[in-house]
Amino acid sequence: MSYPPQPSAPAPGAPPVPGAAPGRFPGAGPGLAPPPGAPAGGGYSSPIPIVRTHLGHAFASEWTKIRSVRSTMWTLGIMLVLVVGVGFLIALAMATDDWVGAPLLSGGLFGLMLGQICIVTLGVLVITSEYGTGMIRTTLTASPQRWRVLAAKAVVFFVLAFVLTTAACAITALIHSSVLSGQTVPEYEAGDPMFKDSVSDSGELIATGGQWFDATVGAALYVSLLGLLALAVGAILRHSAGAITTMVGFILLPLIIALFMQAESLRDVQRKLIEYSPLSGLASLFGIPFFDDADMGGWGLLGMLAAVTGGMLLLAFALLSKRDV
Amino acid sequence: MIEAQGLTKTYGGKTAVYNLSFTVQPGVITGFVGPNGAGKSTTMRMILGLDEPTGGTVTVGGHPYRRLPNAPRQVGALLDAKAVHGGRSARNHLRCVAQLSGIPQRRVDEVLDVVGLREVAGRRSKGFSLGMGQRLGIAGALLGDPQILLFDEPVNGLDPEGILWIRNLMKKLASEGRTIFVSSHLMSEMAVTADHLIVIGRGQLMADMSVRDFINTHSASYARVRVPDGEQAAREKLSAALTEQGAHVQPEDDGALRVGGMPLPRISDLAHDAGIRLWELSPHEASLEEAYMRMTQGAVDYRSTADHRAGLQQAGPVPPQGYAAPGPGYAPPMGAPGMPPAGPGVPQPGPGVPGMPPPGVQPGYAPPPPQGYAPPPPPAAPQAPAGAAAPAPREGETRR
Ligand SMILES: Nc1ncnc2c1ncn2[C@@H]1O[C@H](COP(=O)(O)OP(=O)(O)OP(=O)(O)O)[C@@H](O)[C@H]1O
Ligand SMILES: [Mg+2]
Repeated sequence: MSYPPQPSAPAPGAPPVPGAAPGRFPGAGPGLAPPPGAPAGGGYSSPIPIVRTHLGHAFASEWTKIRSVRSTMWTLGIMLVLVVGVGFLIALAMATDDWVGAPLLSGGLFGLMLGQICIVTLGVLVITSEYGTGMIRTTLTASPQRWRVLAAKAVVFFVLAFVLTTAACAITALIHSSVLSGQTVPEYEAGDPMFKDSVSDSGELIATGGQWFDATVGAALYVSLLGLLALAVGAILRHSAGAITTMVGFILLPLIIALFMQAESLRDVQRKLIEYSPLSGLASLFGIPFFDDADMGGWGLLGMLAAVTGGMLLLAFALLSKRDV
Repeated sequence: MIEAQGLTKTYGGKTAVYNLSFTVQPGVITGFVGPNGAGKSTTMRMILGLDEPTGGTVTVGGHPYRRLPNAPRQVGALLDAKAVHGGRSARNHLRCVAQLSGIPQRRVDEVLDVVGLREVAGRRSKGFSLGMGQRLGIAGALLGDPQILLFDEPVNGLDPEGILWIRNLMKKLASEGRTIFVSSHLMSEMAVTADHLIVIGRGQLMADMSVRDFINTHSASYARVRVPDGEQAAREKLSAALTEQGAHVQPEDDGALRVGGMPLPRISDLAHDAGIRLWELSPHEASLEEAYMRMTQGAVDYRSTADHRAGLQQAGPVPPQGYAAPGPGYAPPMGAPGMPPAGPGVPQPGPGVPGMPPPGVQPGYAPPPPQGYAPPPPPAAPQAPAGAAAPAPREGETRR
């Protein structure tokens, strides 16, 4: 070992060094305090320097963790393939029509609807795999400051998911804009609010800066928030299958239930279910909202999702600090 | 230093640990022993702040673990269940734990060398054998070069060489002044490893003393006496003479006598007075395993039996090998007061016969576990004849 030497304490039972002040480590120069963190009256002190740990250490650890398991590669790889691949196929299919009747970048929605399941799965696995394998006990022994572990997990996962989803959405948007640009908006559609601002002077369909932003950064933020919500649900349920099922239910159930609410008296409930379903926000961000006269746009729904996610994360933190592991 | 005060843990309605108070001192190996389900792992989890005690407190170096400064540099732990994500390589596992604990990365390769996993460090730990997994857990415990080490069943799954290795490792760590707290249900292993013992049964403290004191308190020594082969008459005469002077005499299958409650010189004098030659007169001590079994046997119903049985340390009539009856269902060493000694070679049905536990004692050496759990089979190998000098230094190595 090649650590800087530090004064070491004698083994207990060793005869006291004559003249040594009580509590002082024999061998240490006068006035040399025991190394920080050395236990009072402890019998051994390590030559490895002791550093005060902080949130940064937890970030580094979680970054190593998320990179070193295959589930990360699988879920993120499949997400990229789905978003870009499905986006590409849709662009090809649409390219045969002179006028597809939808905003330029809207085709990216369908790949991302599938891709979000991968992000949700990864979000769940980031935490539940620790419970499933027992790793959580090692982790929380190494960091009894439990909040630090969950905070680092949330941040590392969120940033990774956001960066990769943004990249996938950007590639898809580029494909759509290059394959589908050149469509001319027919006269009768030009007044439609859906195409407001996105018709060029020469009557061609274009995507505004806002639409580009919504379909890439906005959509990725939305999906990453869903992933973060999944992480919180995973931390609360501590069970992979249970948490993934819960999240898939959260995403799909509102639409499925609405499908069966055909009675006239339930019209209002049905509409609210569809309007506030997680997929509705994503569709709005791609410029094809479920209802033209919706109360809330894509960013409003994103704000709601963020609020729900924040609430669930708080619950996850509270439970983590309280429960036995 | 670990200090527990009135530690209690209940899960739902089930009490796993009850009112446990003990202190684990630095510089020695403290064995933490108890049958399956006694609450050892639960206690260790409470020490590490993983489980919150229902009652009482436990501190490490004066602080509850979750408020201990630099906790991973002060305490290292090997937990009983593999607490490792199997999809990660050994090196990456240690790397992420080191990062979390603020430990320099080169320490990872050091501990990989210490446990001998350097070659397979790049492999996913899912494919590791039981012993390799155990070594990885030990590497994790050593990562912070801590002052206090907890090992929950460290020899589990290790081969004889591995057992010897971990034993020597723990001794070395203790000699450096560290606090070593190691759990096991193998007393034979603890006999050659630990200096101090904390025994629990059903979540309650049963003993807290040095290994030496434990043997002295909970077992008695006896002498093996053998007259020349074929001198049946001399044997009976000696037996009668010794019994008359207050010794407990039991015949053994090989024709020797087991004499309890009488010092060796006195036996020799009595034999001399009776004009009987002796071919053997040797001191023996009951093994730690026996003392432990007797004690935890008491955990079944310890209010009425624990004290009662202590000191009633005599052989069953004709156990096949030694007197810690092996076979299905451990029966405690026999010699109930008032039971006439069996004649030589005559098997006598009674509590000492394997498979027929004495009344009031349940079969199986472990207290019947609470719910949904089958007690493990008793040790398969017959106890080494109690005659073999107790704590046999290599005994544990042949067992898991
Ligand atoms: N999380 C839990 N929930 C419910 N019961 C538990 C829990 N953990 C432990 N127990 C119960 O507490 C008792 C003590 O268990 P523990 O694992 O501490 O025993 P042990 O001494 O480590 O046993 P072994 O030698 O088999 O490892 C057992 O009866 C067990 O069923
Ligand atoms: Mg255990």
